[in-house]
Amino acid sequence: METLERIISEHPFFAGLESYYTQLLIGCASNVRFDAGDYIFREGGEANTFYLLRAGKVALEVAAPQHKPIIVSTLGEGEILGWSWLLPPYQWKFHAHAVEMIRAIALDGKCLRDKCEQNHDLGYEILKRFAQIIEQRLETTRLQLLDVYAVR
Amino acid sequence: MAVLANPMLPVPSVVRQLVKETPDTFTLTLERDRGHHGESFQPGQFSMLWVFGVGELPISISGDPAQHDQLVYTVRSVGQATHKLVNSTVGNAIGVRGPFGTGWPIEAARGRDLLLLAGGIGLAPLRPVIYHVLQHRQDFGRLIVLYGSRSPRDLLYRKELAAWARQPDTQVLVTVDYGGLGWRGHVGVVTTLFKYARLPRRSIAMVCGPEIMMRFVIRDLETQGLSPEDIYLSMERNMKCAVGFCGHCQYGPHFICKDGPVFPYPLVRPLLDKYEL
Repeated sequence: METLERIISEHPFFAGLESYYTQLLIGCASNVRFDAGDYIFREGGEANTFYLLRAGKVALEVAAPQHKPIIVSTLGEGEILGWSWLLPPYQWKFHAHAVEMIRAIALDGKCLRDKCEQNHDLGYEILKRFAQIIEQRLETTRLQLLDVYAVR
Repeated sequence: MAVLANPMLPVPSVVRQLVKETPDTFTLTLERDRGHHGESFQPGQFSMLWVFGVGELPISISGDPAQHDQLVYTVRSVGQATHKLVNSTVGNAIGVRGPFGTGWPIEAARGRDLLLLAGGIGLAPLRPVIYHVLQHRQDFGRLIVLYGSRSPRDLLYRKELAAWARQPDTQVLVTVDYGGLGWRGHVGVVTTLFKYARLPRRSIAMVCGPEIMMRFVIRDLETQGLSPEDIYLSMERNMKCAVGFCGHCQYGPHFICKDGPVFPYPLVRPLLDKYEL
């Protein structure tokens, strides 16, 4: 049987994390599942969780007036869903919509924030990893905005 | 004694079929000259298509190299000549010169895994490689096709993409920059597909798409551990004579029509970020 410890330590996001820190994370972690079509979170909702995606595909959507939601990005296995738990005002900026059945580890952001405040080394490890994700997403968003396939 | 054909002389070729791929992109099948006895073409090569009364255009060959009796081109209607081309009537003739230029490194890829990265209409010059690999499956390792497009309605060869994905040892991943309603696939730039592709380190990569996209793709390929020598690009410029005389397609020390369009990445690396070229 897969333990939370094994799943977290083998997830690419936590690659190389010392086992002491993994133990600290486990106290904030739980296994979750969402069916295709479920909303994992909605824009404006309180952001107190992030997810290590293990299987399935999630669409990040923006609500548009008089329009069905617009998908801005999709995320899948091995990726991280959600960083709004990390920074005030702790509010989701997008909808997260399960396109396929999702299996994930949910990490309680509030629990993790408290642990990071108590243990700044853990906080630094977490921030380093999230900074990388944020940098990658910013870059791919910029590329998307370039609209390179348009007729010029 | 064999008589060499004049490369500047278009051969009239009859339009056999015209298929609408997307709202602005069409695939033309031309009947090949009956007197043609040479080899078909190398995947990656292009022809000059003469639209009578309008002008001549360089268009990559997108068909099956094993089919000697026809030449297939996928054309996006972006100007007067391409508009006229995609509005051709079946049975009418178009002038064809070529094939010209260098092809993808099929021989160098033999026995190795292939990673094909295409953006937009850049899938067209790579399609002959896919046909060839699938027809000679035992000669190659894994085939990975990563394809990025603007939106779902701009995707080329949708049925074929699905069919290729069902082939053994073949992974086809598609993404779009803007997901429309009902789209259940990936949304994001083509480089975001790397994390879902099972990339072997000893692959040979063939990349075709807008130059900005290719630059970012190459950077990520190198991050994934691919050596620059194993990366090939197809470049595009305004080709006119297609045989290296006129200089219209000069790219630094190279002529795209004659030395390219397919280049090993190390050869063009110093030129890729020069905006004036």
